[in-house]
Amino acid sequence: MTSSSLALPLRAPAALARHLLVERYAPLATTVLALVMIWYIAAVAMNWRLVRDGFEREEVPYSITEVISGTMQAERPLLPAPHQIASAFLDSVFGYSPLAPRSLVYHSLVTLSATLLGFALGAAFGILLALMIVHSRVLERSLLPWIICSQMVPILALAPIFIVVLGALGLHGLLPKSIISAYLCFFPIAIGMVKGFTSPGPLQLELMQTWSATPRQVLWKLRWPAAVPYLFASLKVAVTISLIGAIVAELPTGAEAGIGARLLAGSYYGQTVQLWAALVASAVLSSGLIALVALVERSVARRMGAH
Amino acid sequence: MSIVSDPTVRLRPDDDPSSPATVDSAPIIAPEPFPGRLVVDARDISLTFETADGRVDALSNVSLQIAEGEFVSFIGPSGCGKTTMLRVIADLQQPSNGTLLVNGMSAENARLARSYGYVFQAPALFPWRTIEKNLKLPLEIMGFSERDQQQRVERYLSLVNLTGFERKFPWQLSGGMQQRVSIARALSFDPALLLMDEPFGALDEIVRDHLNEQLLQLWNSTEKTVLFVTHSIPEAVFLSTKIVVMSPRPGRIIDIIDCNFPRDRSLEIRETPEFLKIAQRVRIGLRAGHSYDE
Repeated sequence: MTSSSLALPLRAPAALARHLLVERYAPLATTVLALVMIWYIAAVAMNWRLVRDGFEREEVPYSITEVISGTMQAERPLLPAPHQIASAFLDSVFGYSPLAPRSLVYHSLVTLSATLLGFALGAAFGILLALMIVHSRVLERSLLPWIICSQMVPILALAPIFIVVLGALGLHGLLPKSIISAYLCFFPIAIGMVKGFTSPGPLQLELMQTWSATPRQVLWKLRWPAAVPYLFASLKVAVTISLIGAIVAELPTGAEAGIGARLLAGSYYGQTVQLWAALVASAVLSSGLIALVALVERSVARRMGAH
Repeated sequence: MSIVSDPTVRLRPDDDPSSPATVDSAPIIAPEPFPGRLVVDARDISLTFETADGRVDALSNVSLQIAEGEFVSFIGPSGCGKTTMLRVIADLQQPSNGTLLVNGMSAENARLARSYGYVFQAPALFPWRTIEKNLKLPLEIMGFSERDQQQRVERYLSLVNLTGFERKFPWQLSGGMQQRVSIARALSFDPALLLMDEPFGALDEIVRDHLNEQLLQLWNSTEKTVLFVTHSIPEAVFLSTKIVVMSPRPGRIIDIIDCNFPRDRSLEIRETPEFLKIAQRVRIGLRAGHSYDE
């Protein structure tokens, strides 16, 4: 763009492209910038006392700038500065071999495996429940209240019970975590799919009736495809919830691996930077999972004639 | 009680011995030799709904005989039961009283035997299926072979002049084209009867005229029996061999008018005195049923 200032015909598209880029990313970049600034200010404010007390304890004379720079690199800050988190994150992701116990990649993979298994179990269970509810009024009345109740009990209270019970049944490791994750994520899928399976209009249902379609044909050729948009909407919610479920499940088990274990260790030892790095890892993981679901959704939608 | 106020109304007796025996008791008003067998034989059909506002007589003692190959229009104001009558014939609703034979069977058996194709006011295409796949849907359900499905898609798409649109999705077609797809879909499994509930009601006049002509050609070439619900007097007169005029509260038949233009009629007949005479008689029937009261 800069070198071809004389090539008039080329300038317009370049300007246009730049314009589009600006239009697309400027709002996001502005928000991120603002958040980072607020974060830095908050880091200074929150770590101020810690750093100042440190200087005073050692009876070293200090200036304001020294305190400010101290708040940016404290070892155990109340609120780590963004660059500290970033470097800790990058260090623990790229600084070790992916399977080393200090690598965030390793811990993420452990949590990811429980998340994916839990997500699959939860999705299957949620869809099954929705099918039962849609096909039977009695089941709707008897199951729906329990489904809603199941989500009223805090998972933090339930998780240890699950672990103990499943442990007594001889289940350890991946499966109990996945079950807790599934327990959380089946709910939006069940609710979404009940809505989706009942979304076909009376005309479409009556058409099926005029062709004397069997209930199974109505399910596969009408209800199921009509529910697909609802399925993906609820899958996107469910996939993040199942990640949370997997992390929460790692807390009471005292698991030595997984993002949950990292969070727990970080909070035990006051390693706030490590704590935040683990949080970033979970955020990256869940964004990745949502993006993956969205990708599949787009390709399915295209095949189903979305416009 | 079916009100028969006009001598030209024919409730025809059936002289085809293969037809059901119940026909023998039909009131013979103007006997005449009758070629086809009865595709619809409704006797004293009543249907009452219980609504929050009390009882509604959607249909009250409606009797109607329709022979093979006829094009019968049902006309009348909203609430006169014309759609309900079609739905009863289609076994989408069950009458509270009366006997009904469709294609010589009970309405339910006729539905299970896939005796009719139903076209709703809205095309009701499945948005996630291409036009081709939409046409194949009833065929898949009925278990036609893959090859047969493909042949039928080609045949019926060309019948409604939509060859070349196989791979399009419904949203890429205009409303009139979508409705033509839904007609092709209703015909694709070759039912004896075509039930159409205001199929062109949502379309503009020009598209409607065009589709009316196409529908007539279709009827002429396929020799189906068509039952056609409409609000429009010219449409009814133009298309039909028989016009059933209905009236609300309770829903009943006021008049049944024969309309014997040649099968390959063109839009020009709408200017003829015969056409206007029949249209006038429909109007009188509607007035007699107090359709113009409000």
